[in-house]
Amino acid sequence: MAELEAVIGLEIHVQLATKTKMFCGCELSFGDEPNVHTCPVCLAHPGVLPVANEQAIRYALLIAAALECEVAPRSIFHRKNYFYPDSPKAYQISQYDIPIAGAGRLGDVRIHRAHLEEDAAKMVHVGESGRIHGSGASLVDFNRGGTPLVEIVTEPDLRGPAEAAAWARLLRETVRQLGVSDVNMEEGSLRVDANVSVRPAGSEELGTKTELKNMNSFRFLERGIEAELARQRELVEAGGTVVQETLHFHPEDGTLHPLRSKEEAHDYRYFPEPDLVPIVPTEEMLREAREALPELPAQRSARYQEMGLPEDVAVLLAADPDTAGYFEQAADEAAGVEARVVANWVTGELAAALRQDGGEATASESKVEPAALASLVAMVQEKKISHGSGKTVLSTLVAEGGDPAAIVEREGLAQMSADNGELEAIVVAAVEANPEAAEQVRAGNQKAIGAIVGAVMKETKGRADGGEVNRLIREKLGI
Amino acid sequence: MTEMLDLTVVQAHEAMAAGELSAAEYAGAWAEAAAGDELNAYLWRPEDGATGVESPSIAPVAVKDIFCTEGVPTTAGSRILEGYRPPYTATAVRKLIEAGAPILGKLNMDEFAMGSSNENSAYGPVLNPWDRGRVPGGSSGGSAAAVAGGLAPWAIGTDTGGSIRQPASLCGIVGLKPTYGAISRYGMIAFASSLDQCGPLTRDVADAALLLSILQGRDPCDSTSVGLPEAPRLPEGEDLKGLRFAVPAELARDAIEPGVREVFEATLATIERLGGEIAEAPLPHAEHGISAYYVIAPAEASSNLARYDGVRYGMRAESSGDVIEMYEATRAAGFGPEVKRRIMLGTYALSSGYYDAYYGQAQKVRTKIAGDFTAAFEDFDFVVTPTSPSVAFGLGEKTGDPLAMYLNDFFTVPMSLAGIPAISIPAGLAEPAGGGPRLPVGFQLAAPAFGEQKLLDAAHALEQAIGFEAHPSGAPYVPMDGIKRTGNGEAGDG
Repeated sequence: MAELEAVIGLEIHVQLATKTKMFCGCELSFGDEPNVHTCPVCLAHPGVLPVANEQAIRYALLIAAALECEVAPRSIFHRKNYFYPDSPKAYQISQYDIPIAGAGRLGDVRIHRAHLEEDAAKMVHVGESGRIHGSGASLVDFNRGGTPLVEIVTEPDLRGPAEAAAWARLLRETVRQLGVSDVNMEEGSLRVDANVSVRPAGSEELGTKTELKNMNSFRFLERGIEAELARQRELVEAGGTVVQETLHFHPEDGTLHPLRSKEEAHDYRYFPEPDLVPIVPTEEMLREAREALPELPAQRSARYQEMGLPEDVAVLLAADPDTAGYFEQAADEAAGVEARVVANWVTGELAAALRQDGGEATASESKVEPAALASLVAMVQEKKISHGSGKTVLSTLVAEGGDPAAIVEREGLAQMSADNGELEAIVVAAVEANPEAAEQVRAGNQKAIGAIVGAVMKETKGRADGGEVNRLIREKLGI
Repeated sequence: MTEMLDLTVVQAHEAMAAGELSAAEYAGAWAEAAAGDELNAYLWRPEDGATGVESPSIAPVAVKDIFCTEGVPTTAGSRILEGYRPPYTATAVRKLIEAGAPILGKLNMDEFAMGSSNENSAYGPVLNPWDRGRVPGGSSGGSAAAVAGGLAPWAIGTDTGGSIRQPASLCGIVGLKPTYGAISRYGMIAFASSLDQCGPLTRDVADAALLLSILQGRDPCDSTSVGLPEAPRLPEGEDLKGLRFAVPAELARDAIEPGVREVFEATLATIERLGGEIAEAPLPHAEHGISAYYVIAPAEASSNLARYDGVRYGMRAESSGDVIEMYEATRAAGFGPEVKRRIMLGTYALSSGYYDAYYGQAQKVRTKIAGDFTAAFEDFDFVVTPTSPSVAFGLGEKTGDPLAMYLNDFFTVPMSLAGIPAISIPAGLAEPAGGGPRLPVGFQLAAPAFGEQKLLDAAHALEQAIGFEAHPSGAPYVPMDGIKRTGNGEAGDG
């Protein structure tokens, strides 16, 4: 039997961070007292009517633009009918056969569609497990009911659990940078479901898929897909067939369990929502969405790699617009220094120094001006100060800001040059003070040189360049 | 006092403007009249006579119980909303209150506006003031009976497939279904959202124009509302010169009671006498209106009525099982048989595998019917028909035959499907098919969308020429105790 290939598509629900709900004027909230953000409309009193949230439509258009989707000139809402206490109207208003956004792409993954809908209310099952089984009663919190959602559906273009999780991260960063959602998986403002199937490698046909739900972190997403792929492979290799079903991920032990079939057997009786008019975006709305589009992580990462940054650093920076902006300013100021080196300082030394300082300030919020970092990096590059001294200066900059050149001058950190004999004298003294180490080095034990280097560094208080010190010691030892 | 109540609302307002009548006194007299309701027209009246405004500035109004009124019981004629007091007020009612109209009370109706006889109310049928052994029509039967029976100066109702025009016709008053979107639906309990429209039931066309001018307008709470291009003014004109009236070529004359047909033909003659031109026009798809309507309306209703589950408001039937069983018990006990019938019809029509054959097909027919009207209005100003194929029929006469009941809407449904305005005016009296005292016959005029002003002007001219002045005062009295009430669970309604 040919090797089985994984075929994965994702369905992502993004809660939009609008001021109010999708179809009424209630404020959005997270963590407030239950049922305080409700009104006759979102409680589905008799006679109420929905009115579509214009901001939600604009946010959806922004997402459509970021995902390079085709925008429908006229999209409509449908009713998805089902009885459940989390749905007070007993139908969800969603887009069905004409979504606001069609075919698009993010990175290597094609987008099938993106559509607007409303979130259900939150069910709280009273009891120890917090789950419906074995619970004595269920409570409904309608605060969340009616929150605007954009559901993004990909084509089945992903081929592995890690790839799926990495792409989901890219999508999260992309949506985050649009400023349209909190995209917090733990809080549920970003929910990722996966459609998973296997097929013989090289086959064009799709196997029967299962739908994986309730993976509320990227790690769980990866683990859930891994577990399901393993199950499907084992099943198929043993001659079995995959049954289409929805599986619930249990984060406690990483297992997947089918939802009760009763909840599955739905005929949603979709029909066009007669209470709403079609969404017909104007040219101006479309233009606004395009113009409001920031440079997105995928494009930014590509540009950084063209600037010579290694891929991992480029991706890291692109995912963090604040630090990326800081890096770009510093790189502009650092004449004659490669962008790659500046990026390493921003993501490495500066990030570490900020963490050590308490980690509260981002790069651009810190006291380290981009120009100051640029001149510090230049001094290290030009060997005016040692790398170690550079880190010392950076700590001072993080603590009190200022001009690195002045700090170097004040602290006497200027690098000792081999030319004036001062460093050479210290090296000679250090070799003499460590005869055993000197003997071992001469005998071929390269590691032993560390003791002598350490003595020199201690004497020079780190102002000497490590490479230069090494060279001088070897010279003195005649090797 | 009696004289005061004989005035139309426009006349009463004129008297108020002239300082001859006090609005408060007028409202008080109507509250007193409403208190004498023997027709089961009112489901609720305020204890102090009228509510909503501190000092009335215009005539009080009676409201079909399908409009939500804050803190005031609102049942839509259903057991399932027994005890429900909405936390908000419908836009149409709010506009009336803001205009200074006290609310006289809430009017009886067929449950969730499903019915043509008012016998589907969970709170007992309304009696026709002309003959208390007969139905007032439906679903706005309480509204029509109240205005015709001298229990309200004017009223608002709703029309989904004829629910304003047909009871207006059977009670001998004016009923107007405006263009879909003319009046906000916000707070109007939904039956079939794409068809439901609020409208006036009044003594004459001028009152209908006045009430429409208060009610109409775009409402930010109703995305489908657009209002009228111009607020209607009181109708003018004495003749119909230069106006062309189309009689549908397919008009099923055989299905019309002879007495109704006679009044209809006489009215056509009056139109000609006023200078109007009459000709037949093809409306080839209109005869399929009922079939399309009885798919679309139940389909939307099955979804609209799904919210009545006993969880958040209204009635709840206790059950020992899980939440789904509680839903089932509540809905089984709370809905009447006609509502259940339509929920089942609609659920079936929307089911996967049947959608295209039923709902999809019905929507295509709807588009064809709208196209027929568009074509007719290229050559004609109005399309005219009898409002109802018969005069008021007897209580219980059609409850065993839902299809016969549905045919009451034969002439009114096509306009609803097309979303165009249509008015029913009393055109004369006719003997019922089975004999007996003569009863009112309505004449329906339909105009292109947003053509309300022209429609009102023409209806007014025709009304003046017809000079319908009959009142139901001489109707035989049937004591309330003698009327069989169809409550929930009882079989045989329509």
